[in-house]
Amino acid sequence: MVVSYEDKVHKWGRISTSLAIALFLSFPLFVSIYYNAWPGWGPFLSGLLGIAPIFWVVGAIEAFTFGPMLGSGGSYLGFVTGNLTNLKVPAALNALQSMGVEANTEEGDVVCTIAIAVSSIVTTIVLIVGMLLLAPLQPILQSPTLAPAFDNILPALFGGLAVVFVSKNWKIAVAPLLLMLILFIAMPSLASSVSVLVPVGAIFTILVSRVLYKKGIL
Amino acid sequence: MFDVNSLPLFVMAAVVVGYVLFQSFFFLFKALKRAKELGMDMGKIKRTMNATAIFTIAPAVSIILGMITLSKFLGLPLPWLRLSVLGALTYELPAASTAASAMNISLSETVTSPQVYSVIVWVMTVGILSGIIIITLFLKKMQSGMMNIRKKDEKWGKIFMDSLFLGMISAFLGMIFADIRLGLQGWIPVVIMILSALIMLICGYFVKKKKITWLENYALPISMLSAMALSIPVTAIMGGGL
Repeated sequence: MVVSYEDKVHKWGRISTSLAIALFLSFPLFVSIYYNAWPGWGPFLSGLLGIAPIFWVVGAIEAFTFGPMLGSGGSYLGFVTGNLTNLKVPAALNALQSMGVEANTEEGDVVCTIAIAVSSIVTTIVLIVGMLLLAPLQPILQSPTLAPAFDNILPALFGGLAVVFVSKNWKIAVAPLLLMLILFIAMPSLASSVSVLVPVGAIFTILVSRVLYKKGIL
Repeated sequence: MFDVNSLPLFVMAAVVVGYVLFQSFFFLFKALKRAKELGMDMGKIKRTMNATAIFTIAPAVSIILGMITLSKFLGLPLPWLRLSVLGALTYELPAASTAASAMNISLSETVTSPQVYSVIVWVMTVGILSGIIIITLFLKKMQSGMMNIRKKDEKWGKIFMDSLFLGMISAFLGMIFADIRLGLQGWIPVVIMILSALIMLICGYFVKKKKITWLENYALPISMLSAMALSIPVTAIMGGGL
C-alpha cells in the first residue's frame, strides 16, 4: 500500500507534536524537581483559574479557525511554534498568494508548511541573537524614536495584506468589514480580545457568503 | 539562592528550543521534497522562502521587546523559551501577571523564590496547551472535512476558504479603528494601515504593468517595513505621545 504524503504528514505531525507537548511540560517538571519546588495545588489552581477559562477557549477557537487555513504540516508546526496571528498566519497567506496556489490543495499545503517552517526558523534565530546581544540591543530597541514603528506593526502588516485579499474578493469582504468597523468603533475595549473576534468574523463571513452564493451573486 | 537566570534553566530552555528548531527543519525538508515531486516551480519557492524570511524579521524583533519586558520579572530563560515556542506576546504577559497576582506578587521585581517561579511556570505552560492538543487530536478530521466541502462543490470550497481568510483580516482591520474616538492620535494606526495599503498598490502596479515579477514576493515585506518606518514621522506629526 502506498501511503500518501498527506497521511505521512499527519503521522509525523502527531508524533512530533506529542513529543513537543511532553518537552513543554518537562520544563516546569524540571523546575519543580531540580529546585525541589512544587507549586502546590492551591496556588496552581488559583493561577490557572485566572487564565485558563479565557486562553483555553482562545486556543480552541484558534485551532478550529487556523487548522483549516494552514493545512496539515503548517498547522502542526504553527501551533508548536506559536505567534500565529501576528506572524505565522499572515506569512502563510502571503506565500499562498505569491505562489498562486489555493489553500486545501496539496500544493497549498506544501507552500504553507514551507512558509511557516521558514518563519519559525527565522524567529527562533532572531530570538537567540536577541538574547545573546541583549545588552547592546536593548537601548536601541527600546528607544523612543523606534517606539511608534513597533506600536504600529499590526496596521502596517494588515494594510498591505488586506489590499491583496479584499481586492480579489471585495464582494465577500464588504459585510465582515462593516460588521467589524461598527463593533470596534462602538466598543473600543474589544481590541484586547481581538482573537475572540477572529472566529466571529470568520463564521459571519461564511454565513453571508453562503447566502450570496445561493443567490448567485458570488 | 534561586536565580531566574541560572545555567540549568538556560540549558533546559535550549533543549526545548533546539527540538522545535529541528522539527521546523524536518517539516521544511519534507515539504521541499514534496514540492519537487509535484513539479512545482522551485525558483519561485526559493523566492517565497526569502520573502517570508524578510517578512518575519520585523515581527520577530518586536517579540524581543516582549522578551525584554518579561525578563525583568522572570529572567531570560523562561521568556525566551515561551516566545520561541507555543506562546505569543498577547498571551505571555497576561498569563504571567495573572499567575503573579494570584500569589499577591508584583510584576515589577525579579522573582527570587523557586516556589513562586514554579507556580508561574506551571500555570503559563498548562494554560496554553488547549490549541496544540486539539490540533494533535483533531487536525486530521478537520482537514478531511475541508476536503469534503471542496470535493462536493469546488467553487463553494474556494469561497469558504476566502471567507475564512477575510473574516480574520476584517477582525484585525476593525481593531485598527478601535481608538479613533480618542481624537487625532487615535487615527495614527488608520493612517499607517492606509499607507501600507497604498505602498502595496504601488507594488502591484509595478508587478502587473511593468512586469517586475520578483517584486510580487517582496510586496508584503516592503509595504509593512515602509509603513513601520513612516509611522515614526506620522506619529510625530499627529502628536501621539502615548
